[in-house]
Amino acid sequence: MNSRYAIAVCSLLPLLASCQHTQHSALERVRQAGVLRWGGDIQGGEPYVFEDPDHPGQLVGFEVELADAIARELGVRAEFVQNDWSNLVPSLDRGSFDVAMNGLEVTPARADTVAFTRPYFIFSAQLVARRDDTSVTSLASLHGHRVGTLASSFSYDLLTTNDVEVVSYEGTEEPYADLEGHRVDGVLLDDIIASRYGLVRPSLHLVQDVQDGYYAVACRRAESDLCVAIDQALAHIASSGEARRIFARWNIDSDREERLVSWTDDDTRTMLLARTHATFTAHHAMLFVEGAAITLFVSALAMCLAVMFGLMLALTRMYGPKPLAWLATTYVELFRGTPVLLQLYVLYYGAMPSLRAAIGWDGYTEYDAMVAAVVGLGINYAAYEAEIYRTGIQAIPPGQLEAATVLGMGRMLALRRIIVPQAVRIALPGVTNDFIALLKDSSLVSVITVVELTKRMTITAVEVRSWLIPGLLCAGLYMAMSYPLSILSKRMEDRLARNP
Amino acid sequence: MSETKDAKVEKAHEKAQHEAVISVKELVKKYGDRTVLKGVSYDIHRGEVAALVGPSGGGKSTALRCMTALETFHGGTIRVSSAKLTPHDKHHADEIRRLRLVSGLVFQTWHLFPHMTALENVYEAPTQVKKEPLSAARDYARHLLEKVGLSHREGALPRMMSGGEQQRCAIARALAMRPEVLFMDEPTSALDPQRVGDLVELLEKLTDEEKLTLVVVTHEMKFAMELADRVLVLYEGNVIEDGNPKEILASPKDPRTRTFLGLEG
Repeated sequence: MNSRYAIAVCSLLPLLASCQHTQHSALERVRQAGVLRWGGDIQGGEPYVFEDPDHPGQLVGFEVELADAIARELGVRAEFVQNDWSNLVPSLDRGSFDVAMNGLEVTPARADTVAFTRPYFIFSAQLVARRDDTSVTSLASLHGHRVGTLASSFSYDLLTTNDVEVVSYEGTEEPYADLEGHRVDGVLLDDIIASRYGLVRPSLHLVQDVQDGYYAVACRRAESDLCVAIDQALAHIASSGEARRIFARWNIDSDREERLVSWTDDDTRTMLLARTHATFTAHHAMLFVEGAAITLFVSALAMCLAVMFGLMLALTRMYGPKPLAWLATTYVELFRGTPVLLQLYVLYYGAMPSLRAAIGWDGYTEYDAMVAAVVGLGINYAAYEAEIYRTGIQAIPPGQLEAATVLGMGRMLALRRIIVPQAVRIALPGVTNDFIALLKDSSLVSVITVVELTKRMTITAVEVRSWLIPGLLCAGLYMAMSYPLSILSKRMEDRLARNP
Repeated sequence: MSETKDAKVEKAHEKAQHEAVISVKELVKKYGDRTVLKGVSYDIHRGEVAALVGPSGGGKSTALRCMTALETFHGGTIRVSSAKLTPHDKHHADEIRRLRLVSGLVFQTWHLFPHMTALENVYEAPTQVKKEPLSAARDYARHLLEKVGLSHREGALPRMMSGGEQQRCAIARALAMRPEVLFMDEPTSALDPQRVGDLVELLEKLTDEEKLTLVVVTHEMKFAMELADRVLVLYEGNVIEDGNPKEILASPKDPRTRTFLGLEG
């Protein structure tokens, strides 16, 4: 027995050793595999990494060429791994690929969670404004104004240190569309984005290069040897002039990139040194309460709208003239059958700007997002409330309407005085449950720049490098809002069960 | 018309004998292919207490629903006081409005408004339909509740009331619109047998005091005999008997009446 045990252990040893080996040398692992797997998102588009329109399936972009060059320096080949952009860092941590390289800006939050190499591209955070808005001359001139940018970006950090109202977006097209529509007065984003999405719009112009920022390759913090090797590779690619040749091919070269040639390790240290305070403070907690207030405000107003409009829909559907009843039915099916996210997008980026253009009014644009949030959620939930009311009305015995009729009441009077008050009692528990659902669905309005509770949580989580405390606080606040409603709904159901 | 002469009752009000407050002529009503009323005619005079009796399916409830315009009909005419109904897909709104002002209906299961108190049920229509001032309507509603013996229950919701109480509340609700004619559908069906006597007493009191014409649909011959001074027997869509209840009981003209009365035991 003993000898057998010994043999088993012995045969396992090389295996254990090799495990330890790979854990310590990522570079070795990459070389053995012969492949450098790099993560990115082809949805980011031109010129980073994207599918060649002429050759579908083939990837092109300046980052593709850089990755190939880095791999060549390491003596391996590069292999692209598609990953949702906003999850690049968590996926890197999980080991989905060796490195992440896709316009990842060096921000203090990211520098705390990954190991960055020296930069492979130096960009400029560019402030873009409306050409006819002469009051915008610099970032400083926008004090107190609304400025758009991408969430969790270098520019976002830059804006929060200035005294402006930051409006955060999820996509690159939307901030510039809102700038044209007067919903924001400036947009601060990387020059590559600005030149491709902003400055192509004739009514917009470049105001200022605000500050230089860096794209760097992100490695896992434990794999410093791979980081160092890529660092050396990048130094060689820069000094040989290959980097700028690539940039020139993609029309993104500028004098800024000259700094890459003379870049030193000290420069890297300086780049990574710009850290912000990263703990959860009372100030964050206050912002959470504010976010909860916005969630409650948007949900409550949207629910009021849904309750009233839903009742009209239900009554029209059941008692209205045929064409109107048909319209109401179509409305209910349309709004229940399509995602509320889509409806919010169409309303905010499509319908509202068109409506403003049609009536030629561009006042109070700063409230557009809030209005779209309330109206969008309201008209969506109205479709659901209409169905709840319809069931409620159908649950009322037909004798009630007959009793009202023989007393001389007309249809409208009978509905108002006799049918609806009874139907509302029956519908109330369902409506309360829907309000709880709406409280949570209201987090969707962050796609149209409203910073409510969930959005506040994700922003803070990135800022303080932890999801735990912000997540728990966020969950606690949602519970504090929805639990009393749950109890209320339960009580009403019980009462209804006792006295039908 | 000869039949109505038979219906003359000694005790009936002198004046009322000459004035038909309800006049039904050649009433035809179909449900799909089935003809439920096959050209029914009768007059009911002011102050009369008339009972429509007959086996279920005989057409008495349908006649009631036509007279109260809860159903349209296919032939003939109905006049209730000044309101005239004719066969149409939809009744004329003015005629309906007039009908609602001159007549009231107490449903078999009363259909009180469950979200309102007894008192609110009674003054709801006067204030909302007739636009009577609330205080006056409420005073009259209290007066009616007192009359039906429900004063002590004016704040009760329907679900807190017994069947008899709900029925009396429904009567008060119908009377609040000060109708000339009160229709009642199967008033005994949801009552304890002991309570039927109380109901007869109440209805007699009301018809005396309020100068009401009362039309009751019932399948209970005994109740009809006790209450009515005029009985119409509807059988398979026709009026087969019309007259004084005692006479009908003593010597029915139609053999089917005998069968019906026999079934009633």
